Amino acid sequence: MPPEERISMGYRFANIFGVLTAAMALPLVLQAQGGGRGGPPSAKAVAPIDLTGYWVSIVDEDWRFRMVTPTPGDYQGVPMTAASKKVADGWDPAKDEASGDLCKSYGAPAILRVPEHLHFSWQDDATMRLDTDAGTQTRLFHFGAWKAPTGPPTLQGDSLASWEITSAGRGGPAPNPDAPPQGKGSLKVVTSHLKAGYLRKNGVPYSENAELTEYYDMLKERNGDVMLVVTIVTTDPQYLREPFIISSHFKKQADNAGWKPTPCSARW
Amino acid sequence: MTRKRVSLHAAMILCLSFPALAQIDLSGSWASKNHEDALERGAGPNPDDFAGIPFNESGRAKALSYMQSQISMPERICAFYSQWHMMVGTFGIKIWNETDRLTGKTIAWVVGEWEDRAPMVIWMDGRPHPSKNAPHSQEGFTTGTWDGNVLTSYTTHMLTGYLRRNGAMTSDQATITIHFIKHGDLLTLAAQLDDPIYLTEPYYITRSYVPSPTLMNALAPSCIVGDEGVPVGSVPHFLPGKNSFLDEMTKLYGIPAEAELGGAETMYPAYRDKIKDKFAMPAKCSRNCGGPAGQ
Repeated sequence: MPPEERISMGYRFANIFGVLTAAMALPLVLQAQGGGRGGPPSAKAVAPIDLTGYWVSIVDEDWRFRMVTPTPGDYQGVPMTAASKKVADGWDPAKDEASGDLCKSYGAPAILRVPEHLHFSWQDDATMRLDTDAGTQTRLFHFGAWKAPTGPPTLQGDSLASWEITSAGRGGPAPNPDAPPQGKGSLKVVTSHLKAGYLRKNGVPYSENAELTEYYDMLKERNGDVMLVVTIVTTDPQYLREPFIISSHFKKQADNAGWKPTPCSARW
Repeated sequence: MTRKRVSLHAAMILCLSFPALAQIDLSGSWASKNHEDALERGAGPNPDDFAGIPFNESGRAKALSYMQSQISMPERICAFYSQWHMMVGTFGIKIWNETDRLTGKTIAWVVGEWEDRAPMVIWMDGRPHPSKNAPHSQEGFTTGTWDGNVLTSYTTHMLTGYLRRNGAMTSDQATITIHFIKHGDLLTLAAQLDDPIYLTEPYYITRSYVPSPTLMNALAPSCIVGDEGVPVGSVPHFLPGKNSFLDEMTKLYGIPAEAELGGAETMYPAYRDKIKDKFAMPAKCSRNCGGPAGQ
Protein backbone atom coordinates (compact mmCIF):
# COMPACT_ATOMS: atom_id res chain seq x y z
CA MET A 1 0.00 0.00 0.00
CA PRO A 2 1.47 3.42 -0.98
CA PRO A 3 2.38 5.62 1.98
CA GLU A 4 -0.14 8.37 1.15
CA GLU A 5 -2.95 5.82 0.92
CA ARG A 6 -1.86 4.31 4.22
CA ILE A 7 -1.93 7.74 5.84
CA SER A 8 -5.32 8.51 4.35
CA MET A 9 -6.68 5.20 5.61
CA GLY A 10 -5.15 5.90 8.99
CA TYR A 11 -6.91 9.24 9.20
CA ARG A 12 -10.23 7.69 8.15
CA PHE A 13 -9.75 5.06 10.82
CA ALA A 14 -8.91 7.75 13.35
CA ASN A 15 -11.96 9.78 12.38
CA ILE A 16 -14.30 6.82 12.66
CA PHE A 17 -12.75 5.80 15.94
CA GLY A 18 -12.90 9.33 17.22
CA VAL A 19 -16.59 9.67 16.43
CA LEU A 20 -17.35 6.30 17.98
CA THR A 21 -15.33 7.11 21.06
CA ALA A 22 -17.02 10.44 21.51
CA ALA A 23 -20.44 8.89 21.05
CA MET A 24 -19.75 6.14 23.55
CA ALA A 25 -18.17 8.46 26.06
CA LEU A 26 -20.92 11.05 25.90
CA PRO A 27 -23.32 9.50 28.42
CA LEU A 28 -20.57 9.21 30.99
CA VAL A 29 -19.45 12.77 30.46
CA LEU A 30 -23.03 13.95 30.68
CA GLN A 31 -23.49 12.05 33.86
CA ALA A 32 -20.35 13.36 35.44
CA GLN A 33 -20.38 16.94 34.25
CA GLY A 34 -24.01 17.66 34.02
CA GLY A 35 -24.30 18.30 30.33
CA GLY A 36 -27.48 17.51 28.51
CA ARG A 37 -30.34 18.74 26.40
CA GLY A 38 -31.91 21.89 27.78
CA GLY A 39 -28.99 22.74 30.04
CA PRO A 40 -27.01 20.78 32.52
CA PRO A 41 -28.94 18.59 34.92
CA SER A 42 -28.78 19.77 38.48
CA ALA A 43 -26.72 18.29 41.28
CA LYS A 44 -29.97 17.03 42.71
CA ALA A 45 -30.89 15.35 39.45
CA VAL A 46 -27.58 13.54 39.05
CA ALA A 47 -27.20 12.55 42.70
CA PRO A 48 -25.89 8.96 42.70
CA ILE A 49 -27.12 8.39 46.25
CA ASP A 50 -30.10 9.69 48.13
CA LEU A 51 -29.02 11.08 51.47
CA THR A 52 -32.31 12.81 52.17
CA GLY A 53 -34.18 11.82 55.27
CA TYR A 54 -33.32 11.16 58.90
CA TRP A 55 -30.27 9.44 60.34
CA VAL A 56 -29.21 8.62 63.87
CA SER A 57 -25.68 8.46 65.28
CA ILE A 58 -24.37 5.08 66.32
CA VAL A 59 -21.95 5.87 69.11
CA ASP A 60 -19.64 2.95 69.74
CA GLU A 61 -16.36 4.73 69.04
CA ASP A 62 -14.80 7.42 71.23
CA TRP A 63 -17.72 6.89 73.58
CA ARG A 64 -16.19 8.70 76.51
CA PHE A 65 -15.43 11.76 74.38
CA ARG A 66 -18.88 11.92 72.84
CA MET A 67 -21.62 10.59 75.09
CA VAL A 68 -20.39 12.47 78.14
CA THR A 69 -18.28 15.58 78.45
CA PRO A 70 -14.65 14.52 78.14
CA THR A 71 -12.51 15.01 81.18
CA PRO A 72 -10.42 18.20 81.19
CA GLY A 73 -6.98 17.35 79.89
CA ASP A 74 -8.06 14.12 78.17
CA TYR A 75 -6.82 14.64 74.63
CA GLN A 76 -6.10 11.11 73.59
CA GLY A 77 -6.03 10.45 69.86
CA VAL A 78 -5.81 14.06 68.70
CA PRO A 79 -2.49 14.95 67.01
CA MET A 80 -2.22 18.22 68.89
CA THR A 81 0.53 20.78 68.71
CA ALA A 82 2.00 22.25 71.85
CA ALA A 83 0.07 25.45 71.12
CA SER A 84 -3.12 23.42 70.95
CA LYS A 85 -2.52 21.85 74.35
CA LYS A 86 -1.87 25.24 75.86
CA VAL A 87 -5.22 26.48 74.61
CA ALA A 88 -7.02 23.30 75.63
CA ASP A 89 -5.52 23.35 79.11
CA GLY A 90 -7.19 26.70 79.58
CA TRP A 91 -10.65 25.41 78.70
CA ASP A 92 -13.25 27.12 80.83
CA PRO A 93 -16.89 26.43 79.92
CA ALA A 94 -18.03 29.22 82.23
CA LYS A 95 -16.04 31.66 80.18
CA ASP A 96 -17.63 30.37 76.97
CA GLU A 97 -21.04 30.71 78.56
CA ALA A 98 -20.30 34.24 79.66
CA SER A 99 -19.27 35.23 76.15
CA GLY A 100 -22.20 33.46 74.54
CA ASP A 101 -19.93 30.97 72.78
CA LEU A 102 -21.99 27.92 73.62
CA CYS A 103 -21.61 26.33 70.19
CA LYS A 104 -17.84 26.04 69.91
CA SER A 105 -18.00 22.23 69.94
CA TYR A 106 -20.73 22.17 67.28
CA GLY A 107 -18.72 23.57 64.35
CA ALA A 108 -18.30 21.68 61.10
CA PRO A 109 -15.15 19.75 62.14
CA ALA A 110 -16.89 18.42 65.26
CA ILE A 111 -20.60 18.36 64.54
CA LEU A 112 -20.70 14.85 63.12
CA ARG A 113 -19.10 13.47 66.30
CA VAL A 114 -21.93 14.80 68.43
CA PRO A 115 -24.53 12.14 69.34
CA GLU A 116 -27.46 13.36 67.29
CA HIS A 117 -29.96 12.94 64.54
CA LEU A 118 -29.28 14.29 61.07
CA HIS A 119 -31.78 15.50 58.53
CA PHE A 120 -30.68 15.87 54.92
CA SER A 121 -32.81 17.76 52.42
CA TRP A 122 -32.40 19.76 49.23
CA GLN A 123 -32.65 23.47 49.80
CA ASP A 124 -32.60 23.95 46.06
CA ASP A 125 -31.33 22.00 43.07
CA ALA A 126 -27.73 22.91 43.81
CA THR A 127 -27.70 23.08 47.60
CA MET A 128 -27.99 20.21 50.01
CA ARG A 129 -28.99 21.09 53.54
CA LEU A 130 -27.94 19.17 56.64
CA ASP A 131 -29.69 19.91 59.91
CA THR A 132 -28.79 18.45 63.28
CA ASP A 133 -31.03 18.21 66.29
CA ALA A 134 -28.12 18.46 68.72
CA GLY A 135 -27.14 22.10 68.80
CA THR A 136 -29.74 22.86 66.07
CA GLN A 137 -27.03 23.45 63.51
CA THR A 138 -27.44 23.80 59.75
CA ARG A 139 -24.83 23.06 57.13
CA LEU A 140 -25.25 23.96 53.47
CA PHE A 141 -23.40 21.97 50.82
CA HIS A 142 -23.09 24.01 47.64
CA PHE A 143 -22.59 22.26 44.32
CA GLY A 144 -21.29 23.74 41.10
CA ALA A 145 -19.81 27.18 40.67
CA TRP A 146 -21.06 28.60 43.94
CA LYS A 147 -19.20 31.65 45.19
CA ALA A 148 -18.76 32.00 48.93
CA PRO A 149 -20.04 35.26 50.35
CA THR A 150 -17.60 37.64 51.94
CA GLY A 151 -17.83 38.24 55.64
CA PRO A 152 -16.52 36.85 58.88
CA PRO A 153 -15.91 33.13 59.21
CA THR A 154 -18.76 31.05 60.52
CA LEU A 155 -19.25 27.99 62.69
CA GLN A 156 -20.21 25.80 59.73
CA GLY A 157 -17.97 27.56 57.21
CA ASP A 158 -18.35 27.53 53.45
CA SER A 159 -18.85 24.07 51.99
CA LEU A 160 -18.27 23.14 48.36
CA ALA A 161 -19.80 19.82 47.40
CA SER A 162 -19.33 17.45 44.51
CA TRP A 163 -20.49 13.99 43.61
CA GLU A 164 -17.97 11.26 43.08
CA ILE A 165 -19.92 9.12 40.65
CA THR A 166 -18.96 5.53 40.08
CA SER A 167 -18.94 4.60 36.42
CA ALA A 168 -19.79 1.10 35.34
CA GLY A 169 -17.23 1.46 32.58
CA ARG A 170 -17.17 0.05 29.10
CA GLY A 171 -18.88 -3.27 28.89
CA GLY A 172 -20.17 -2.96 32.40
CA PRO A 173 -23.74 -3.69 33.32
CA ALA A 174 -26.43 -1.08 32.90
CA PRO A 175 -27.19 0.90 36.06
CA ASN A 176 -29.31 -1.19 38.37
CA PRO A 177 -31.72 0.89 40.44
CA ASP A 178 -31.86 -1.90 43.00
CA ALA A 179 -28.10 -2.04 43.43
CA PRO A 180 -26.81 -1.16 46.89
CA PRO A 181 -25.93 2.50 47.38
CA GLN A 182 -22.26 1.73 47.86
CA GLY A 183 -22.11 0.91 44.17
CA LYS A 184 -23.16 4.28 42.97
CA GLY A 185 -20.97 7.03 44.32
CA SER A 186 -20.13 9.36 47.17
CA LEU A 187 -20.54 12.93 48.27
CA LYS A 188 -17.38 14.95 48.78
CA VAL A 189 -17.55 18.16 50.81
CA VAL A 190 -14.71 20.62 51.32
CA THR A 191 -15.25 23.25 54.00
CA SER A 192 -13.21 26.34 54.82
CA HIS A 193 -13.71 29.85 56.22
CA LEU A 194 -14.41 28.39 59.62
CA LYS A 195 -14.79 30.25 62.84
CA ALA A 196 -12.46 28.77 65.47
CA GLY A 197 -13.98 26.12 67.69
CA TYR A 198 -13.43 22.86 69.53
CA LEU A 199 -12.77 19.43 68.08
CA ARG A 200 -13.86 18.03 71.42
CA LYS A 201 -16.04 19.62 74.01
CA ASN A 202 -13.20 19.81 76.54
CA GLY A 203 -11.55 22.59 74.61
CA VAL A 204 -9.31 20.83 72.06
CA PRO A 205 -9.15 23.71 69.59
CA TYR A 206 -9.17 24.18 65.86
CA SER A 207 -8.29 27.55 64.41
CA GLU A 208 -9.75 29.71 61.66
CA ASN A 209 -7.10 28.21 59.40
CA ALA A 210 -8.66 24.77 59.70
CA GLU A 211 -10.04 23.09 56.61
CA LEU A 212 -12.25 20.09 56.39
CA THR A 213 -12.65 17.41 53.74
CA GLU A 214 -15.44 14.88 54.13
CA TYR A 215 -16.59 11.86 52.16
CA TYR A 216 -20.15 10.65 52.63
CA ASP A 217 -20.73 7.00 51.71
CA MET A 218 -24.00 5.11 51.95
CA LEU A 219 -23.81 1.38 52.62
CA LYS A 220 -26.49 -1.24 52.68
CA GLU A 221 -25.89 -4.03 55.16
CA ARG A 222 -26.95 -7.65 55.02
CA ASN A 223 -29.69 -7.10 57.59
CA GLY A 224 -31.19 -4.32 55.48
CA ASP A 225 -29.82 -1.44 57.53
CA VAL A 226 -28.65 1.50 55.48
CA MET A 227 -25.64 3.18 57.00
CA LEU A 228 -23.97 6.50 56.32
CA VAL A 229 -20.21 6.53 56.87
CA VAL A 230 -18.55 9.92 56.86
CA THR A 231 -14.77 10.01 56.66
CA ILE A 232 -13.65 13.33 58.12
CA VAL A 233 -10.24 14.87 57.56
CA THR A 234 -9.43 18.08 59.42
CA THR A 235 -6.24 19.99 58.74
CA ASP A 236 -5.06 22.89 60.84
CA PRO A 237 -1.48 24.16 60.58
CA GLN A 238 -1.88 25.96 63.88
CA TYR A 239 -3.23 23.27 66.15
CA LEU A 240 -2.73 19.91 64.43
CA ARG A 241 0.57 18.17 63.71
CA GLU A 242 -1.00 16.10 60.97
CA PRO A 243 -4.46 15.70 59.47
CA PHE A 244 -6.96 14.56 62.08
CA ILE A 245 -8.74 11.61 60.46
CA ILE A 246 -11.85 10.05 61.91
CA SER A 247 -15.00 8.47 60.57
CA SER A 248 -18.50 8.71 61.96
CA HIS A 249 -21.44 6.50 61.13
CA PHE A 250 -25.19 6.88 61.19
CA LYS A 251 -28.16 4.58 60.61
CA LYS A 252 -30.99 5.55 58.29
CA GLN A 253 -34.35 6.01 59.93
CA ALA A 254 -37.73 5.56 58.33
CA ASP A 255 -38.98 8.79 59.87
CA ASN A 256 -38.05 11.54 62.31
CA ALA A 257 -38.31 9.35 65.40
CA GLY A 258 -36.15 10.74 68.16
CA TRP A 259 -35.67 14.09 66.49
CA LYS A 260 -35.23 16.42 69.43
CA PRO A 261 -33.80 19.87 68.73
CA THR A 262 -31.67 20.99 71.62
CA PRO A 263 -29.60 24.15 72.00
CA CYS A 264 -25.83 24.14 72.18
CA SER A 265 -24.26 23.50 75.55
CA ALA A 266 -20.76 24.34 76.67
CA ARG A 267 -20.85 21.71 79.41
CA TRP A 268 -22.92 18.74 78.17
CA MET B 1 0.19 8.54 11.23
CA THR B 2 0.29 4.80 10.86
CA ARG B 3 -2.62 2.56 11.61
CA LYS B 4 -0.71 1.16 14.55
CA ARG B 5 -0.24 4.59 16.06
CA VAL B 6 -3.84 5.54 15.36
CA SER B 7 -4.99 2.39 17.09
CA LEU B 8 -2.79 3.16 20.03
CA HIS B 9 -4.22 6.65 20.28
CA ALA B 10 -7.73 5.33 20.00
CA ALA B 11 -7.07 2.82 22.72
CA MET B 12 -5.68 5.53 24.94
CA ILE B 13 -8.75 7.69 24.32
CA LEU B 14 -10.96 4.77 25.21
CA CYS B 15 -9.06 4.22 28.41
CA LEU B 16 -9.49 7.86 29.35
CA SER B 17 -13.17 7.90 28.47
CA PHE B 18 -14.14 4.69 30.21
CA PRO B 19 -12.70 4.00 33.61
CA ALA B 20 -11.86 0.39 34.08
CA LEU B 21 -14.58 -1.83 35.41
CA ALA B 22 -15.32 -0.83 38.93
CA GLN B 23 -12.70 -2.99 40.61
CA ILE B 24 -10.03 -0.64 41.92
CA ASP B 25 -6.60 -1.28 43.33
CA LEU B 26 -6.54 -1.63 47.11
CA SER B 27 -3.09 -3.10 47.22
CA GLY B 28 -0.30 -1.62 49.27
CA SER B 29 0.82 -0.88 52.78
CA TRP B 30 -1.75 1.05 54.78
CA ALA B 31 -0.91 2.82 58.03
CA SER B 32 -3.68 3.00 60.60
CA LYS B 33 -4.72 6.42 61.85
CA ASN B 34 -5.73 5.75 65.40
CA HIS B 35 -7.19 9.16 66.05
CA GLU B 36 -10.42 7.58 67.24
CA ASP B 37 -10.62 4.84 69.85
CA ALA B 38 -6.95 5.54 70.44
CA LEU B 39 -6.80 3.82 73.81
CA GLU B 40 -8.71 0.79 72.61
CA ARG B 41 -6.49 0.35 69.57
CA GLY B 42 -3.33 1.19 71.47
CA ALA B 43 -2.68 0.13 75.03
CA GLY B 44 -6.09 -1.49 75.20
CA PRO B 45 -9.45 -0.46 76.59
CA ASN B 46 -10.20 0.02 80.23
CA PRO B 47 -11.20 -3.34 81.72
CA ASP B 48 -14.75 -2.28 82.45
CA ASP B 49 -15.42 -0.26 79.31
CA PHE B 50 -18.31 -1.95 77.59
CA ALA B 51 -20.19 1.26 76.76
CA GLY B 52 -21.56 1.28 73.25
CA ILE B 53 -21.63 -2.51 72.90
CA PRO B 54 -25.11 -3.90 72.19
CA PHE B 55 -24.70 -6.76 74.63
CA ASN B 56 -27.38 -9.20 75.54
CA GLU B 57 -27.27 -10.70 79.02
CA SER B 58 -25.03 -13.56 77.89
CA GLY B 59 -22.54 -11.23 76.29
CA ARG B 60 -22.40 -9.02 79.36
CA ALA B 61 -22.07 -11.96 81.75
CA LYS B 62 -19.29 -13.42 79.64
CA ALA B 63 -17.44 -10.12 79.61
CA LEU B 64 -17.77 -9.56 83.33
CA SER B 65 -16.35 -12.99 84.08
CA TYR B 66 -13.21 -12.23 82.10
CA MET B 67 -9.84 -11.90 83.75
CA GLN B 68 -6.87 -10.73 81.71
CA SER B 69 -4.78 -13.71 82.78
CA GLN B 70 -6.91 -15.88 80.52
CA ILE B 71 -4.64 -15.03 77.63
CA SER B 72 -1.92 -16.97 79.43
CA MET B 73 -3.88 -20.20 79.12
CA PRO B 74 -2.63 -22.44 76.32
CA GLU B 75 -6.22 -23.13 75.36
CA ARG B 76 -7.09 -19.46 75.06
CA ILE B 77 -3.95 -17.63 74.05
CA CYS B 78 -5.19 -17.44 70.48
CA ALA B 79 -8.79 -16.86 71.42
CA PHE B 80 -8.67 -13.15 70.87
CA TYR B 81 -7.47 -13.02 67.33
CA SER B 82 -10.39 -13.50 65.06
CA GLN B 83 -10.64 -11.36 61.94
CA TRP B 84 -12.31 -8.67 64.06
CA HIS B 85 -8.84 -7.86 65.35
CA MET B 86 -8.30 -6.02 62.08
CA MET B 87 -10.93 -3.50 63.15
CA VAL B 88 -9.85 -2.97 66.75
CA GLY B 89 -6.14 -3.78 66.80
CA THR B 90 -3.29 -1.34 66.69
CA PHE B 91 -1.57 -1.90 63.42
CA GLY B 92 -1.80 -1.07 59.78
CA ILE B 93 -2.62 -3.55 57.06
CA LYS B 94 -0.95 -4.89 53.97
CA ILE B 95 -3.26 -5.70 51.07
CA TRP B 96 -2.55 -7.48 47.83
CA ASN B 97 -4.43 -9.40 45.18
CA GLU B 98 -3.92 -12.96 44.03
CA THR B 99 -4.49 -13.54 40.35
CA ASP B 100 -5.26 -16.53 38.22
CA ARG B 101 -2.14 -16.90 36.08
CA LEU B 102 -4.07 -18.08 33.08
CA THR B 103 -6.82 -15.51 32.98
CA GLY B 104 -5.22 -12.66 34.88
CA LYS B 105 -8.37 -12.26 36.91
CA THR B 106 -8.20 -11.48 40.60
CA ILE B 107 -9.35 -14.55 42.45
CA ALA B 108 -8.74 -13.16 45.93
CA TRP B 109 -7.79 -10.06 47.84
CA VAL B 110 -5.61 -10.76 50.83
CA VAL B 111 -5.28 -8.66 53.96
CA GLY B 112 -2.03 -9.94 55.36
CA GLU B 113 -1.67 -11.39 58.81
CA TRP B 114 -0.42 -9.17 61.55
CA GLU B 115 0.57 -9.88 65.09
CA ASP B 116 -1.65 -12.82 65.95
CA ARG B 117 -4.40 -12.30 63.41
CA ALA B 118 -4.46 -14.79 60.57
CA PRO B 119 -4.52 -13.47 57.00
CA MET B 120 -7.92 -12.62 55.60
CA VAL B 121 -8.25 -14.19 52.17
CA ILE B 122 -11.23 -12.60 50.46
CA TRP B 123 -12.27 -14.99 47.73
CA MET B 124 -13.58 -13.17 44.68
CA ASP B 125 -14.14 -16.15 42.40
CA GLY B 126 -17.69 -16.89 43.42
CA ARG B 127 -16.98 -19.91 45.56
CA PRO B 128 -19.63 -20.56 48.21
CA HIS B 129 -19.14 -20.43 51.95
CA PRO B 130 -18.67 -23.83 53.57
CA SER B 131 -21.54 -25.75 55.07
CA LYS B 132 -22.74 -24.45 58.41
CA ASN B 133 -21.43 -27.69 59.87
CA ALA B 134 -17.93 -27.21 58.53
CA PRO B 135 -15.10 -26.70 61.01
CA HIS B 136 -14.37 -23.17 62.17
CA SER B 137 -10.91 -21.65 62.29
CA GLN B 138 -9.16 -18.59 63.59
CA GLU B 139 -9.04 -17.29 60.02
CA GLY B 140 -12.63 -18.05 59.16
CA PHE B 141 -13.84 -18.02 55.59
CA THR B 142 -14.31 -14.83 53.62
CA THR B 143 -15.84 -13.97 50.28
CA GLY B 144 -16.07 -10.61 48.60
CA THR B 145 -17.96 -8.64 46.00
CA TRP B 146 -17.46 -5.30 44.36
CA ASP B 147 -20.29 -2.81 44.57
CA GLY B 148 -19.05 -0.05 42.33
CA ASN B 149 -15.71 0.93 43.79
CA VAL B 150 -16.45 -0.52 47.23
CA LEU B 151 -15.20 -3.97 48.11
CA THR B 152 -17.48 -5.74 50.56
CA SER B 153 -16.21 -8.81 52.38
CA TYR B 154 -18.21 -11.29 54.41
CA THR B 155 -16.57 -13.58 56.94
CA THR B 156 -18.06 -16.67 58.56
CA HIS B 157 -16.75 -19.81 60.28
CA MET B 158 -14.53 -18.04 62.79
CA LEU B 159 -13.62 -19.31 66.21
CA THR B 160 -14.62 -17.30 69.22
CA GLY B 161 -12.65 -14.08 69.52
CA TYR B 162 -12.76 -10.72 71.18
CA LEU B 163 -14.93 -7.75 70.34
CA ARG B 164 -12.89 -5.48 72.60
CA ARG B 165 -9.64 -6.47 74.23
CA ASN B 166 -11.17 -6.43 77.67
CA GLY B 167 -13.25 -9.57 77.66
CA ALA B 168 -16.11 -8.49 75.43
CA MET B 169 -16.23 -11.57 73.24
CA THR B 170 -17.62 -12.76 69.96
CA SER B 171 -19.00 -16.25 69.58
CA ASP B 172 -18.18 -18.74 66.87
CA GLN B 173 -21.52 -17.85 65.29
CA ALA B 174 -20.41 -14.28 64.69
CA THR B 175 -20.07 -12.96 61.16
CA ILE B 176 -18.26 -9.86 59.91
CA THR B 177 -19.09 -7.66 56.96
CA ILE B 178 -16.43 -5.12 56.00
CA HIS B 179 -16.68 -2.42 53.34
CA PHE B 180 -13.35 -1.25 51.94
CA ILE B 181 -13.91 2.32 50.76
CA LYS B 182 -11.14 4.22 49.01
CA HIS B 183 -11.10 7.95 48.42
CA GLY B 184 -7.83 9.07 46.90
CA ASP B 185 -5.18 8.31 49.50
CA LEU B 186 -7.70 7.45 52.18
CA LEU B 187 -8.92 3.95 52.90
CA THR B 188 -11.86 3.65 55.25
CA LEU B 189 -13.11 0.33 56.57
CA ALA B 190 -16.68 0.15 57.79
CA ALA B 191 -17.44 -3.09 59.60
CA GLN B 192 -20.53 -4.72 60.96
CA LEU B 193 -20.26 -7.53 63.48
CA ASP B 194 -23.33 -9.72 63.86
CA ASP B 195 -23.45 -12.16 66.72
CA PRO B 196 -26.68 -13.95 67.62
CA ILE B 197 -25.14 -15.35 70.79
CA TYR B 198 -23.83 -12.22 72.51
CA LEU B 199 -25.40 -9.18 70.82
CA THR B 200 -28.92 -7.85 70.41
CA GLU B 201 -28.00 -5.62 67.46
CA PRO B 202 -25.10 -5.42 65.05
CA TYR B 203 -21.96 -3.75 66.36
CA TYR B 204 -20.67 -1.24 63.84
CA ILE B 205 -17.34 0.54 63.75
CA THR B 206 -15.19 2.29 61.19
CA ARG B 207 -11.51 3.14 60.89
CA SER B 208 -9.26 4.86 58.38
CA TYR B 209 -5.85 4.25 56.87
CA VAL B 210 -3.41 6.24 54.77
CA PRO B 211 -0.63 4.90 52.54
CA SER B 212 2.36 3.84 54.58
CA PRO B 213 5.60 5.52 53.54
CA THR B 214 7.47 2.34 54.38
CA LEU B 215 6.95 -1.22 53.28
CA MET B 216 4.69 -3.00 55.67
CA ASN B 217 5.29 -6.70 55.36
CA ALA B 218 2.75 -9.03 56.79
CA LEU B 219 4.06 -10.61 59.94
CA ALA B 220 3.80 -14.33 60.35
CA PRO B 221 3.20 -16.66 61.93
CA SER B 222 -0.22 -16.07 63.34
CA CYS B 223 -1.03 -16.99 66.88
CA ILE B 224 0.69 -20.15 68.11
CA VAL B 225 -0.48 -21.97 71.18
CA GLY B 226 2.20 -22.34 73.80
CA ASP B 227 2.54 -22.87 77.50
CA GLU B 228 2.39 -19.43 79.05
CA GLY B 229 2.52 -20.58 82.60
CA VAL B 230 -1.03 -20.71 83.89
CA PRO B 231 -1.42 -23.91 85.87
CA VAL B 232 -3.21 -26.69 84.04
CA GLY B 233 -6.86 -26.76 84.93
CA SER B 234 -6.91 -23.15 86.07
CA VAL B 235 -9.23 -20.65 84.38
CA PRO B 236 -8.67 -17.13 85.70
CA HIS B 237 -12.05 -15.50 86.03
CA PHE B 238 -14.40 -13.35 88.07
CA LEU B 239 -17.50 -14.93 89.55
CA PRO B 240 -20.78 -13.13 88.91
CA GLY B 241 -20.88 -9.85 90.79
CA LYS B 242 -17.22 -10.03 91.74
CA ASN B 243 -15.52 -8.14 88.90
CA SER B 244 -13.20 -5.81 90.76
CA PHE B 245 -12.80 -3.32 87.90
CA LEU B 246 -16.39 -2.24 87.65
CA ASP B 247 -15.91 1.24 89.01
CA GLU B 248 -12.86 2.19 86.98
CA MET B 249 -14.69 4.19 84.30
CA THR B 250 -16.55 6.03 87.02
CA LYS B 251 -13.36 6.89 88.85
CA LEU B 252 -11.48 7.93 85.73
CA TYR B 253 -14.16 9.67 83.71
CA GLY B 254 -17.20 10.08 85.92
CA ILE B 255 -19.19 7.74 83.69
CA PRO B 256 -22.15 6.17 85.52
CA ALA B 257 -21.63 2.51 86.31
CA GLU B 258 -24.72 1.45 84.38
CA ALA B 259 -23.28 2.90 81.15
CA GLU B 260 -20.10 0.86 81.51
CA LEU B 261 -22.13 -2.31 81.18
CA GLY B 262 -23.16 -1.57 77.63
CA GLY B 263 -26.38 -2.63 75.97
CA ALA B 264 -27.88 -1.38 72.74
CA GLU B 265 -29.35 1.74 74.27
CA THR B 266 -25.84 3.00 75.11
CA MET B 267 -25.16 3.37 71.38
CA TYR B 268 -27.89 5.92 70.76
CA PRO B 269 -28.06 9.68 71.43
CA ALA B 270 -31.16 9.38 73.62
CA TYR B 271 -29.09 7.55 76.20
CA ARG B 272 -27.41 10.82 77.11
CA ASP B 273 -30.65 12.02 78.67
CA LYS B 274 -30.69 8.96 80.90
CA ILE B 275 -27.23 9.50 82.35
CA LYS B 276 -26.99 13.28 82.31
CA ASP B 277 -27.84 13.75 85.97
CA LYS B 278 -25.61 10.87 87.04
CA PHE B 279 -22.51 12.12 85.27
CA ALA B 280 -19.91 13.89 87.37
CA MET B 281 -17.00 15.29 85.37
CA PRO B 282 -13.66 14.73 87.08
CA ALA B 283 -11.45 17.74 87.62
CA LYS B 284 -8.55 16.49 85.56
CA CYS B 285 -7.49 13.59 83.37
CA SER B 286 -5.25 11.28 85.32
CA ARG B 287 -4.34 8.44 82.98
CA ASN B 288 -3.79 7.91 79.24
CA CYS B 289 -4.44 11.57 78.52
CA GLY B 290 -2.70 11.95 75.16
CA GLY B 291 -1.57 15.36 74.00
CA PRO B 292 1.45 16.49 71.99
CA ALA B 293 3.77 14.04 73.70
CA GLY B 294 1.64 11.02 72.98
CA GLN B 295 -1.61 10.47 71.21
